Amino acid sequence: MLDPAFTSALAAIVPGEALLTSAEDTRPYECDGLTLYRELPAAVVLPDDEAQVVRILELCHAARVPVVARGAGTSLSGGALPIADGVVLSLAKFRRIVSIDPLSRTAVVEPGVRNLAVSEAAAACGLFYAPDPSSQIACSIGGNVAENAGGVHCLKYGLTVHNVRKVRGVLVTGEIVEFGSDALDAPGYDLLALVTGSEGLLAVITQVTVKLLPKPREARVVLAAFDDLEKAGAAVGAVIGAGIIPGGLEMMDQPATRAVEPFVHAGYPLDAAAVLLVEADGTPEEVESEIAEIRQVLTAGGATSLRVSADEAERLLLWSGRKAAFPAVGRISPDYYCIDGTIPRAALPRVLAQIEAWSRDYGLPCANVFHAGDGNLHPLILFDAEKPGDKERTIEFGDRILELCIEVGGTITGEHGVGIEKIRGMCAQFPPGALERFHGVKRAFDERALLNPGKGVPTLARCAEFGRMHVHAGALPHPDLPRF
Amino acid sequence: MTAAAIDALQDAVRAAASGGGRLRIRGSGSKDFYGGALEGDVLDTRALRGIVAYAPTELVVTARAGTQLAEIEDELARHGQMLAFEPPRHGPGATLGGVVACGFSGPRRAAAGAVRDFVLGVRIVDGTGEALAFGGQVIKNVAGFDVSRLMAGALGTLGVLTEISLKCVPLPRVERTRAIDCDAADAIRRCNEWGGRPLPISATCHVAGRLWVRLSGAGPAVSAAAVEIGGADADDAAPWRAIRDQTHPFFAPAVTGPVPLWRLSVRSTAPCDDLGCDTLVEWGGALRWLVPRAPVEASRLRAWAAAHGGHATLYRAQDKSPGVFQPLAPAMAGLHERLKRTFDPHGILNHGRLYPAF
Ligand SMILES: Cc1cc2nc3c(=O)[nH]c(=O)nc-3n(C[C@H](O)[C@H](O)[C@H](O)COP(=O)(O)OP(=O)(O)OC[C@H]3O[C@@H](n4cnc5c(N)ncnc54)[C@H](O)[C@@H]3O)c2cc1C
Repeated sequence: MLDPAFTSALAAIVPGEALLTSAEDTRPYECDGLTLYRELPAAVVLPDDEAQVVRILELCHAARVPVVARGAGTSLSGGALPIADGVVLSLAKFRRIVSIDPLSRTAVVEPGVRNLAVSEAAAACGLFYAPDPSSQIACSIGGNVAENAGGVHCLKYGLTVHNVRKVRGVLVTGEIVEFGSDALDAPGYDLLALVTGSEGLLAVITQVTVKLLPKPREARVVLAAFDDLEKAGAAVGAVIGAGIIPGGLEMMDQPATRAVEPFVHAGYPLDAAAVLLVEADGTPEEVESEIAEIRQVLTAGGATSLRVSADEAERLLLWSGRKAAFPAVGRISPDYYCIDGTIPRAALPRVLAQIEAWSRDYGLPCANVFHAGDGNLHPLILFDAEKPGDKERTIEFGDRILELCIEVGGTITGEHGVGIEKIRGMCAQFPPGALERFHGVKRAFDERALLNPGKGVPTLARCAEFGRMHVHAGALPHPDLPRF
Repeated sequence: MTAAAIDALQDAVRAAASGGGRLRIRGSGSKDFYGGALEGDVLDTRALRGIVAYAPTELVVTARAGTQLAEIEDELARHGQMLAFEPPRHGPGATLGGVVACGFSGPRRAAAGAVRDFVLGVRIVDGTGEALAFGGQVIKNVAGFDVSRLMAGALGTLGVLTEISLKCVPLPRVERTRAIDCDAADAIRRCNEWGGRPLPISATCHVAGRLWVRLSGAGPAVSAAAVEIGGADADDAAPWRAIRDQTHPFFAPAVTGPVPLWRLSVRSTAPCDDLGCDTLVEWGGALRWLVPRAPVEASRLRAWAAAHGGHATLYRAQDKSPGVFQPLAPAMAGLHERLKRTFDPHGILNHGRLYPAF
């Protein structure tokens, strides 16, 4: 419950319909894309402009009320999960594309602008915004910066952090700050890098200047089938090893292709254990020579069939299954849980084989759809929340995958963020000294810990409670034995 | 050997922390000219040597901070790879730690990205003497705040870098330099226009009435682009290495003489106003090196850079009293000082090298 005086002070900042306090109105904000966690906030406020954001933050800061910034609410780690006694600050009304400058190849946008809308607006100038998360029709640029979102083209074109020039934001004290600049660097510490991926813990983002790239003249994709998951994993390394950086390099295993095919009718080879989608883009000459090389490497790597898109329509068709994979899996299973870890590419065959084995042990089907070129895994564990024990076993299965990611030298999150979901995993990945420095960074921006508290970085006390993860990470006693 | 070197380093930091001393972190000293005051006892990083891990198919190299850049780049080249940010060396002994701490990127920066874009993980000893690791050896990693990238360009004020993991990329198949005679304004206009087209331009430089353009990529694409941008082949005279390391004659008055060298990082479309300086333009217009023909006011250059979306650095100078780096707005300065206190609470590491206050 919020103090009535606080609520009326909030009401004085924004127009009436922009402050929601009844459970009925705040219900749509109770969770983000990770529906396993839900919480009703005390209030939701939807400011129109930066001046209102400043006043809201000043008010919350003075009253010590926690604030959770929210973009489109597609986070898969519970980053935008509300806090019971806190305020959700939605940037949904920040929808303006402020300017596009074709000559300097930049766009200035408000944080609530959808990712895809930037590329759509830039298309008239022959430009595009490269990071393309699968959620790009819905997710916001502010959320992308807060999560350092990636996408299928990030192997070649970089993550959000590589494609943002400047971020304007408001500190919890109400101070306005600009990270980065309109140039290629800025004086002092690289706070632009620090704020990118900071999950709403350091500042509320109110404006973003993104870099735009010229659209490649042509793109074609190769669909390669493999009769063995490990061979497909090894082929990924072979492509990179041959000196090729494809525009996209994605993998789907058989459970995934079987789930999406009825949905998109892309003609995926359903008897294949896994397929790779490898895209070449550039000038027509570059694409032709790169496709030839890719074909050669994949054939040598044991691909059982290859299909090259003949035109743009076919290219989009072949990609459609990859882009629609999550919703498609959502159709064949009552619930699914998307895991997000990164591993060194060399460990792909081993990790995929282990996930397959665990899937059998747990009796939980698992579809793999992921950014293979980056080593960024997205096992989708299929379960039924109504079935007693299913949810718990799913979470345990997920935890084991992440422990394995750490063990092979990777990380518990490649792009979805820590949020609330991976707080435990953070204890396994980082020793207390590093966690303390993270808290120090947090304090440098937000002394009172009011911006998205409880997310991103676990307290050392919580890590002590979760002690069991520490024991397992990197030192599983019998990694091949099921746990029950 | 390395464990002992890190122990020694931690001991030195702890001793300074308890004894109120200050330490000045140094590799080969090739970048002693850069930044503010050099305060404290030298802490030499060169005992931390060697490539720790390099698997070409992972596109990741991990090396100790005191390893020479030359050694790393030679090893990558043997496997057909490179550091895409084309690190400036400014001296034969230049170390990896130095270039990362300075945040230096060379001619390829506008096309490929800056050093911070390629930093994947670091090991440091911070100002409390604790050895810490951030980031890792994988390309995508969003666990925890991005402290590794924060170290790039922090000039050692937040910790002594002991080991760094960097993303590397394949060497371009073909590389070719074209030269076009034109004035600076024309060069900047051309570069910005080309930037909007999918051309394999990997570096540009305008100096003394000539625009140099480097094309890198697959053979056919480079050939097609050479025709599209015009000019003449100029591979033999290509200035890239000389610009990277500032051995080009343009820099001579500042490198070997008493004249200051200003670095203005601005919007790529910023005009070519007369600032009373000789100018070398890199990065498609986004980087302007200025050698004053007669003394110029620092405030004038700083105001001009700010008006064009950027900032001005007094890169080389005998008299650094105008301040090396563009002053920070109060809120930003507050963040800097609090971050400094987090990683170096006693203020012992490279005090004053970035800003006089810390
Ligand atoms: C089907 C599906 C597919 C997905 N595919 C991908 C993918 O391919 N790659 C990928 O990286 N992610 C993917 N995601 C995850 C998600 O879309 C991204 O993390 C996205 O960046 C979140 O944006 P959002 O606007 O929805 O943010 P939200 O979910 O609203 O918020 C996410 C976090 O950002 C913070 N935040 C939001 N806006 C601001 C702001 N203005 N200022 C400060 N903090 C803010 C929030 O506090 C929260 O911590 C996918 C999600 C779904 C549902």
